[in-house]
Amino acid sequence: MLAHASTALTPHGAGRFSYRVPARHLLGLEGMPQADLLGILDEAQFHREQLDRSGIAGRELEGITVCNAFFESSTRTRVSFELAARRLGATCVSFSSTDSSTAKGETLLDTLRVIESMRVDLVVVRHSSSGAPAYLAKTLAAGVINAGDGQHEHPTQGLLDLLTLRQSWEGRFEGRRIALVGDIAHSRVARSAIHGLVTLGAQVVLSGPPTLIPQGVEALGVEVVESIDDALTGADAVMALRLQHERMDQGLLASLAEYARAWAINARRVRLMRPEALVLHPGPMNRGIEIAPDVADGERSVILAQVTNGVAVRCAVLRRCAQALTEAA
Amino acid sequence: MSHTLLIQNARHWRTGERVDVRIAGGVITSVTPAGPRGDMAEHTIAADGALLAPGFVDIHVHLREPGQSAKETVESGTRAAVAGGFTAVATMPNTSPVVDNAAWVEWLHDRTERDGHCRVHPIGAVTIGQKGEQLAEMIAMAKAGAVAFSDDGRPIMSAEMMRRALEYAKPIGRPIVCHEEDLTLRGKGHMNEGPVATRLGIKGIPSAAETIMVHRDCDLAELTGGRVHFAHLSCAGSFDAVRDAKRRGLPVTAETCPHYWMLTEEAIGEYDTNAKMNPPLRSEADRRATIAAIQDGTIDCLATDHAPHTADEKRQPFDMAPFGIVGLETAFALTVTGLVKPGHVSLTRAIELWSEAPRRVFGLPAVELAQGSDADLVLLDPSAEWTVDPTVFHSLGRNTPFTGATVTGRVLATWVAGRLAHTDATFQTRLPVTVGSR
Repeated sequence: MLAHASTALTPHGAGRFSYRVPARHLLGLEGMPQADLLGILDEAQFHREQLDRSGIAGRELEGITVCNAFFESSTRTRVSFELAARRLGATCVSFSSTDSSTAKGETLLDTLRVIESMRVDLVVVRHSSSGAPAYLAKTLAAGVINAGDGQHEHPTQGLLDLLTLRQSWEGRFEGRRIALVGDIAHSRVARSAIHGLVTLGAQVVLSGPPTLIPQGVEALGVEVVESIDDALTGADAVMALRLQHERMDQGLLASLAEYARAWAINARRVRLMRPEALVLHPGPMNRGIEIAPDVADGERSVILAQVTNGVAVRCAVLRRCAQALTEAA
Repeated sequence: MSHTLLIQNARHWRTGERVDVRIAGGVITSVTPAGPRGDMAEHTIAADGALLAPGFVDIHVHLREPGQSAKETVESGTRAAVAGGFTAVATMPNTSPVVDNAAWVEWLHDRTERDGHCRVHPIGAVTIGQKGEQLAEMIAMAKAGAVAFSDDGRPIMSAEMMRRALEYAKPIGRPIVCHEEDLTLRGKGHMNEGPVATRLGIKGIPSAAETIMVHRDCDLAELTGGRVHFAHLSCAGSFDAVRDAKRRGLPVTAETCPHYWMLTEEAIGEYDTNAKMNPPLRSEADRRATIAAIQDGTIDCLATDHAPHTADEKRQPFDMAPFGIVGLETAFALTVTGLVKPGHVSLTRAIELWSEAPRRVFGLPAVELAQGSDADLVLLDPSAEWTVDPTVFHSLGRNTPFTGATVTGRVLATWVAGRLAHTDATFQTRLPVTVGSR
């Protein structure tokens, strides 16, 4: 991604740009080779086991400084990154846009350059603009970790989804079918999950209100299924996506009640899936809207396991990016 | 009495004959078969068989003055124009303030008089402040020299307002240039709607946002008899609408731009803001339809939509960066590279599309290689290869998606009213006298 747009011009301009992202960054799961994905998941599984044996902390990131730069509000992702960084012995600071110079008109790039000048090694960025971390990675010497950019990707969320599924699926993604349900159009969680799942060989089906299914999404290697019941029948897992209330104001939905009737993951719909099927949700949940409370708290739900895995995945990602940074130096 | 200039041994762009062209007082005084070399008058330029053609006209340029001189000025924009072979440009009124009255039209003439390297034809706004609410004084602006009217960049969403504007402008005899975009359909879109936008998580602009308005304004041309010129058309549906309107005999004309036949939405790659413009780069099917519309005459002329921005404005996350790319200094090469070399149109037709055609669309005086014509001329090497390097652009804007591209077709020299306004570095050795930058 550093050497962007340097390809020779063809009059057709078609053909996807191939780009290589230096290993000190994690910008997305799109294009990440299967071996790299599995490598991160293996390491994350190790960290998960360390986490479960409480009290054991690592020192892998000693001497590394991590800055969480959050230009959009977040609780779980930010706390999760902080815990992961501190667990491995890194110095970790955080700021959010409300208490930063961005309110004074400083550009995103200038803000991050200032942070970098304080000898920060890794910046964890959340921003409302799709592509903002990729844009920063073109300029900064620090490693850039995408903690959610607009409607593009949320790679550590995608990785924790994969880790959670792998723990129950005995490491096998081929032949598994997972349904992603709800607001695909505005979901960075969905995009990262799709890229990771497709790379690992799972079959991904999407279902949701037609106003929230983006144009041409099939090009990502997924299938759009109009009927949610068809999407769920025989599935190995379902991921309910968070529904933002502003979709009503934008004329994309009629009402929350109608959405819940048509698209909520409820007990009846869970029974359409295979008996051992899993229920995932990236959080924060709107109980009773995209997911019924009894399903969220039910025995098929792995929603809290996802959160625990989140810390483990971020340990693995921070360590790998830090290692790439040290090796390059 | 000005000196007589002799352009010796040029190849006539249309007939292919070797000619000597003499110029005095800003006009061509004679065109004769090339004589023996050695007839070197004081001001003789040895064209050595390079192609001599009428100067190009770009009817869709943003010179950014008044008010946005960090992006471009009349000086820098017209310098870029002559480097691209253009002897005249029409400049859009979406400046700060908006050119919506005769005083600003006159100001542009004065500024051009002082700073301009080529002719500048102001385009006045259709409505005051381009707000789409109240008609601007189009009669006064036309008297002051406005060649057309446009709310470019701020489409007139009210069909009623557009109807009245077309009726009002009709007796003035100047076209209304329409940037066709239904703003409600565009919403907060930043690139073409489709798989690439979905992959990047960028909100899309469907091509229907353009085609709906093209259809509307074809029907309003029919209702009013007013002259509509469609700016920068980008998609198959728009070409179909214009094709149909012409079949119905409606008073409509249309332009498209090099990026729509050179590139598709894929050129955005990983959020390249230099491939962000409005209308956006579309699909491969639209790119092919653009070429077909040029071939069958649905497209009347070419234009660049030269839209310079500062590096800082473009160096932002994709959805925060402004729309627009520069085009003046790459237009001819992209035409040769994308249309002539692949055999879509002949070189002669390509030159027509940049010279005779835009003059016809805007009713500007014709330029011919003939005695008495204005000496607005361009000397071309259609087979020279070069690499696009925006750091050497004369424009203040360096926002091009073609950086590093190898292209074919070079402008060697440009004369505006008989004055040598530009010579290419590769050509300067052939000049008999040192030429000042202006």
